Amino acid sequence: MTDICKKSLTELVRLIKKKEIKSEEITQSFIKNINNDKKLNTFITNCSEEALNKAKNFDKSPKLDTLLPGVPIAVKDLFCTEGVKTTAGSKMLENFVPNYESTITNNLWNEGAFLLGKLNCDEYAMGSSNETSYFGNVTNPIAENTVPGGSSGGSASALAADLTPATIGTDTGGSIRQPASFTGTVGLKPTYGLCSRWGIVAFASSLDQAGPMTKTVEDCSLMLEAMASFDKKDSTSINKKKENYSKNLTDNIKGLKIGIPKEYRVDSMPNEIDKLWENGKNLLKDSGAEIVDISLPNTKYALPTYYIVAPAEASSNLARYDGVKYGFRSTKGNNLIEMYENTRSEGFGDEVKRRILIGTYVLSSGYYDAYYIKAQKVRQLIKNDFDQSFKKVDAILTPSTPNSAFKIGEKKDDPISMYLNDIFTVPVNLAGLPAISIPAGTDNNNYPLGLQLIGKPLHEQKLLNIAYATEKKINFKQHLNRWWEK
Amino acid sequence: MIKPTEKYFIEGEKGKWEVVIGLEVHAQVTSNSKLFSGSSTKFGAEPNTQVSLVDSAFPGMLPVINQFCIEQAVKTGLGLKGKINSYSVFDRKNYFYADLPQGYQISQYKNPIVGEGEITLDLPGGSKKVGIERLHLEQDAGKSIHDLDPSSSYIDLNRSGIALMEIVSKPDLRSPEEVNVYVKKLRSIMRYLGTCDGNMQEGSLRADVNVSVRKEGDANLGTRCEIKNVNSIKFMQMAIIYEAQRQVELLESGKKIKQETRLFDTKKNETRSMRSKEDAHDYRYFPDPDLLPLNLDKNLIEKIKKNLPELPDQKKERFISEYSLTSYEATILVSEKEISDYFEEVVKNSDKKLAKNWIMGDLFASLNEKNISITESLVTSSKMGQLIDFISSGVISGRTAKEVFEIIKETGEEPKKIIEKKGLQQKSDPKELEAIIDKIILDNKDKVSQYKSGKDKLFGFFVGQVMKASGGKGNPQLVNEILKQKLK
Repeated sequence: MTDICKKSLTELVRLIKKKEIKSEEITQSFIKNINNDKKLNTFITNCSEEALNKAKNFDKSPKLDTLLPGVPIAVKDLFCTEGVKTTAGSKMLENFVPNYESTITNNLWNEGAFLLGKLNCDEYAMGSSNETSYFGNVTNPIAENTVPGGSSGGSASALAADLTPATIGTDTGGSIRQPASFTGTVGLKPTYGLCSRWGIVAFASSLDQAGPMTKTVEDCSLMLEAMASFDKKDSTSINKKKENYSKNLTDNIKGLKIGIPKEYRVDSMPNEIDKLWENGKNLLKDSGAEIVDISLPNTKYALPTYYIVAPAEASSNLARYDGVKYGFRSTKGNNLIEMYENTRSEGFGDEVKRRILIGTYVLSSGYYDAYYIKAQKVRQLIKNDFDQSFKKVDAILTPSTPNSAFKIGEKKDDPISMYLNDIFTVPVNLAGLPAISIPAGTDNNNYPLGLQLIGKPLHEQKLLNIAYATEKKINFKQHLNRWWEK
Repeated sequence: MIKPTEKYFIEGEKGKWEVVIGLEVHAQVTSNSKLFSGSSTKFGAEPNTQVSLVDSAFPGMLPVINQFCIEQAVKTGLGLKGKINSYSVFDRKNYFYADLPQGYQISQYKNPIVGEGEITLDLPGGSKKVGIERLHLEQDAGKSIHDLDPSSSYIDLNRSGIALMEIVSKPDLRSPEEVNVYVKKLRSIMRYLGTCDGNMQEGSLRADVNVSVRKEGDANLGTRCEIKNVNSIKFMQMAIIYEAQRQVELLESGKKIKQETRLFDTKKNETRSMRSKEDAHDYRYFPDPDLLPLNLDKNLIEKIKKNLPELPDQKKERFISEYSLTSYEATILVSEKEISDYFEEVVKNSDKKLAKNWIMGDLFASLNEKNISITESLVTSSKMGQLIDFISSGVISGRTAKEVFEIIKETGEEPKKIIEKKGLQQKSDPKELEAIIDKIILDNKDKVSQYKSGKDKLFGFFVGQVMKASGGKGNPQLVNEILKQKLK
């Protein structure tokens, strides 16, 4: 089986369960691909050796009554993994080895999976192109010199390049969906509180949410099923019964109502994306869904609101990286204050510093009401928009991003233009809703483009069903020439 | 009776100055585990042995509210007659310090768990109500140790994350003595409730003291200075006296008071500027996104209210009516829960008046002398009760009882055993006493006739003789009665 790595996660699980393939064989195949990934730079930590041992152990006495038996999985390097370096893409945590395992990764291992490696990402998940990582850019396998999006860029690239059968990312303002869109893969941001945040390096606590990144919607449902759980250790975790997303997945979406928000048609958006959106609408109609025009009037305030709330929380969340307890400590400085200044100046990259400064500013006395409080109010209005719309529709269809993958360096020195990449994804985080990006076509360069489906809180099953039906109709196929292996 | 005392003033060169004081008391919540983690709160453990990943702020760690601490705060709020807020919010107070691992303290800012309340002070001049502004919950920081090494500082995170209640008074206190009474009363209420052990040596109770002065009769408050983190009542009083004097001197010399934070140097007995208002920290408070707002269930508040123990003020009223105590006596006997418990144990089966006198007299004197608390005394309530019973049943005299008390105090021996061993029982058998008296009358015929012819003073001589013959153990009352009868 030469094309093991191209198979879907669901297929691999099926083959393992039928004992037609061994975990070791699967793991070896992915390791072979990983060893050729230098030009993509997707891995920060390679766990091949341990993975192989785990695979062999699995094969000795395979436990098959789990969701992910014997499956090697690489994860974004924002998830704390016990005994394995967890860097968050930062110099600050370059050598940090947690002695604890995040709830999400722990859930995966409990379902029979094991760790293949830790994937590159923007520093502290702050970025939309994976160019802010201390460990270097990640390249999108679709073409040389293109970004994979961010912040879960390493995850998206590794998945698209067949270096891991599935992966997990985190999404604070689009960090799963945007890279999924750029790499022609599927990415889901669940309802805020569905997946535990415990053990994930925090960026903006009220927005952060972990989610699956997969090749197919079916894989996505399987991964979400394995990840989601109520966690007493996370006070914002939702206490609800586990759902069997994969078992209940269906493409029958007859009679469901899909909203099309007029505010998502932005001026600078390329024609191709408009066409893509139109096509999506028609395909959903073909599947028996009803299309409804809706309005989300406060959409235009989402981005500025996000860029107040997220940095505010980040500025406080990142205060713990002070060189005192763990992580990087500068050797310069003659007193505590100088130690802090040097540690944080040398340990953080520019984008992280920029956001800490913005966050500190908007929380400062005299500015707090004008920025932070105002932003919280607007956030509520944005949420109300969605609540209103969801009285009429079951899900909302939008493009995932206003453009396809751009060139490395193209937006690096223009933060505003970079931030605009999140324009369609950010409102979802502000409202705490689930949303999925699925590959829906390509642009003139043959670069993939995604469509986003937004659902009601905790209606992941319905969202997955709609995505599943759409995926079948679109029948997107990605052909990579694997330039990075040459 | 209670006399109104003089008002407290500072005599300046240019007249009298009133001192206005408000306290922010930080009281450690009695709880086995910390406010947001499961770590132990036990005092005196080896450094950094009671620290979880949450307390040391490792990446990805999240706080989870300890429900018991919430209930303790509600209980305290109710004990302070405070308004319990069914909605409150935990905020982050952001600042950098080496013993603050998160880089922020989780506290409550705009929406505290308890609103306005009050404490009644029993002062020599009568009672006075002091307003409580609010009570909120917050985390303690760790401890920096700078004196172990010339070039390094050490951090102990055992305290990091322990639950504190910050109890803020209104600026209603007017003298160092009122501060003394206030802190003691607050501590007493919390100890009755079991919500804070009030142990100042272990740092369970500290206070920031706000001091300002104003001319006698002035209605406006002066500019205040805040003296940070004072950890004993004595130091609070010393700091207030120094600070008020300093402010009076400044104002009288035509200078202004700068609003600032000051430190009290206990060795030099002076306050020193720490930072002025201009360079005060901007704490950038905002709601902690890791914690949802706290919504208290009305039933929970009701349940806690129903199960509140009797508090000092109520107990005082009851003591006055039930045991015929004066207000002063009752105040003292309820001032500490342990004392009131002791008193009630003793009076359960023994004479009330004797109990009150013995506890407030000899027992308190012995506690002072030994510098111990009532629970540490070898004179337990049951031994005290037995001792009092021996007095009221006439087995020993009051004077002998003092001798017995001294022995119990030192050895903890049973009163009964001491009395038996030393043969201290009074002779209360009339027949035995009659025999002694008959013999004395027989031996002193001349004195008998002198007495009978009117020399009344000789009665004392006979009593003396009887006591001598009985080895000092004749029941004085009985001796008197029999003598009077026989000499008729």
